Amino acid sequence: MTQHRTGRDLVIDVRGMTKRFGQRLVVDHIGLQVGRGEIYGFLGPNGSGKTTFIRMLCGLLRADEGSGTCLGYDVIGQSEAIKAAVGYMTQRFSFYEDLSIAENLDFVGRMFGVADRRKTVERSLERLGLAGRRHQLAGQLSGGWKQRLALAACLIHQPRLLLLDEPTAGVDPKARREFWEQIHGLAADGLTFLITTHYMDEAERCHRLAYIAYGKLLADGTVADVIHQAGLTTWAVSGPNLHQLAIEIRRQPGVRQAVAFGDRLHVSSDDQDALEAAVTAFRASPYEWHQVDTGLEDVFIHLMQHSPDNFSS
Amino acid sequence: MSAQFTFSLSRFWAIVVKEFIQMRRDRITFGMMIGIPLIQLVLFGFAINADPKHLPTVVLMADYGPHGRTLLHAIRNSDYFEFVREVASEQEAEDVLVRGEAQFVVNIPQNFSRDMLRGERPAILIEADATDPAATSNAIGSLRVLMTTALQQDLRGPLAYIAGSDSPIELRVHARYNPDAITQYNIVPGLMGVVLTMTMVMITGLAITRERERGTMENLLSMPTRPFEVMIGKVLPYILVGYIQVVLILLASHLLFNVPVYGNIPMLFVSALVFIVANLAMGITFSTLAQNQLQAVQLSFFFFLPSLLLSGFMFPFRGMPQWAQSIGEVLPLTHFLRIVRGIMLKGNGIGEVMLQLWQIALFAAVVLTIGVKRYRRTLD
Repeated sequence: MTQHRTGRDLVIDVRGMTKRFGQRLVVDHIGLQVGRGEIYGFLGPNGSGKTTFIRMLCGLLRADEGSGTCLGYDVIGQSEAIKAAVGYMTQRFSFYEDLSIAENLDFVGRMFGVADRRKTVERSLERLGLAGRRHQLAGQLSGGWKQRLALAACLIHQPRLLLLDEPTAGVDPKARREFWEQIHGLAADGLTFLITTHYMDEAERCHRLAYIAYGKLLADGTVADVIHQAGLTTWAVSGPNLHQLAIEIRRQPGVRQAVAFGDRLHVSSDDQDALEAAVTAFRASPYEWHQVDTGLEDVFIHLMQHSPDNFSS
Repeated sequence: MSAQFTFSLSRFWAIVVKEFIQMRRDRITFGMMIGIPLIQLVLFGFAINADPKHLPTVVLMADYGPHGRTLLHAIRNSDYFEFVREVASEQEAEDVLVRGEAQFVVNIPQNFSRDMLRGERPAILIEADATDPAATSNAIGSLRVLMTTALQQDLRGPLAYIAGSDSPIELRVHARYNPDAITQYNIVPGLMGVVLTMTMVMITGLAITRERERGTMENLLSMPTRPFEVMIGKVLPYILVGYIQVVLILLASHLLFNVPVYGNIPMLFVSALVFIVANLAMGITFSTLAQNQLQAVQLSFFFFLPSLLLSGFMFPFRGMPQWAQSIGEVLPLTHFLRIVRGIMLKGNGIGEVMLQLWQIALFAAVVLTIGVKRYRRTLD
């Protein structure tokens, strides 16, 4: 499923990255290629190993196996060099709540040895619209502002790669939209992003995606690639008592899933004929059926349901 | 009224069950609830003795006559004194006291027996290291009784005439270093060590677990920095705080309590640095064990309590049984107390200070090694 891309412009190029915590295989031989200026979405259920993979990339965790490069540095041996050139935004807000915005940025600037620190901090405050709040303590900020601060702090040493771990969790839609506009602007300037998210609309804003579950890479490519690879056909149905219908139709041979989307039910299968046969049985009124394009969410639910859970064993 | 306002046994029970589950999960808190009473029980019950006996005593004999021997015999039999050896000169006796090797020096003066027989009431001189008045007062008290009875065996028959007078000899007690037995002279300098132990261990433990608890540690580690830089950087401000405490206590002991300072203050500051580092190392090690700030505080209590009780701060060190003294010898506070009291009250010099200081340094090195090893492991 991975089409191997080679060339000078690969910012992340790793193979066989593996991490075990005791007996548990948390990341299972994942390979990933991310090109310069790309926004790469990293999706998968909670506990699928996304965060662990990112931590291995930026040298916070030592990979048990694997090789490759990140920004041209050896991903295993040169983690200090990688740390200096990467911006990592943790899942949880991880700046100092008892320092002000300006103090936090100044601290990060010092840690990365930023040249002309004062000016850089000043510019960063203005660019992100934080100048008016510079003396506010980070702990008093709302979720959206905290996220802005975290992003500003990650950018202060002008990294070439940003690793963002669920950057928009708990952020309102308006702030999320602004955030993504900013990301696209930065990507246009050549910055590369690896972003984990659970939101489908955000996944669709990424240039390329990878889906991992239980430590395994299950799909990657562009949105269209990922949908195409899954090979699903989907019908949407509306009408009364869809919950009961869902229970019944799941029993039909060939039906892989029936998922409620608001007042409609999406029924998908990787066997087109079997699906049509199954649908025919419920064709009668009061149900209204039409075939729809399979969406990313249908694909992800499909992937998640059909990957073995190696943690429950 | 509806049912929800009446007391519900099942809701009440739900809370009780939940509390028990949480209590069981938080091992350190649970351990502390069981462990602290046990430690207290053992320490207060077995280790602490406010009436110390078998205090190490050296003898300086300038007269080997029979009556001096009788007297020494009686002193030894009193249980309060344990003769460790004989010293040859006053200088040696002085050294033994300054280093804290012995609590008492018993001087039998020249011609003691002859002078006694002549009825000249010769003086037996007891020099006591009275830095801690509690350690010596009972022993000295027992001496006074002893003097009147010890020689009765000897003074029979032809010598009965001497026994007739009030007392055939004179007891002269020389309470060194703290002649007026002022408790504050002992407590206030010691407090310096106690305050440093409490704050340094707890504060570093807190400062490091706070980073972990709030998630900032992950961020810190993702920056291009070495664990050593993080450790030293985090700890340095607290060293400064430690010095502020030292200065405050020194000022207070001088201005409020008039504690004399016979020794060298810069030497005290240098010793304090080693002691502070030892405690910070302990805090760092605790922070690698604790999951959160509360546990860090609890762990520091496990260290603080034995330090307080077994170091000789609250109770005379020599009053404790051997096993408790052995534990006490490991604790940095024990040695720091000897240094502070030594410098301030005895005017100890570098030789005496080093005897204690290397033991604190050793403790710091061992604990810091454990701490750094464990810290590295928590990265992964």
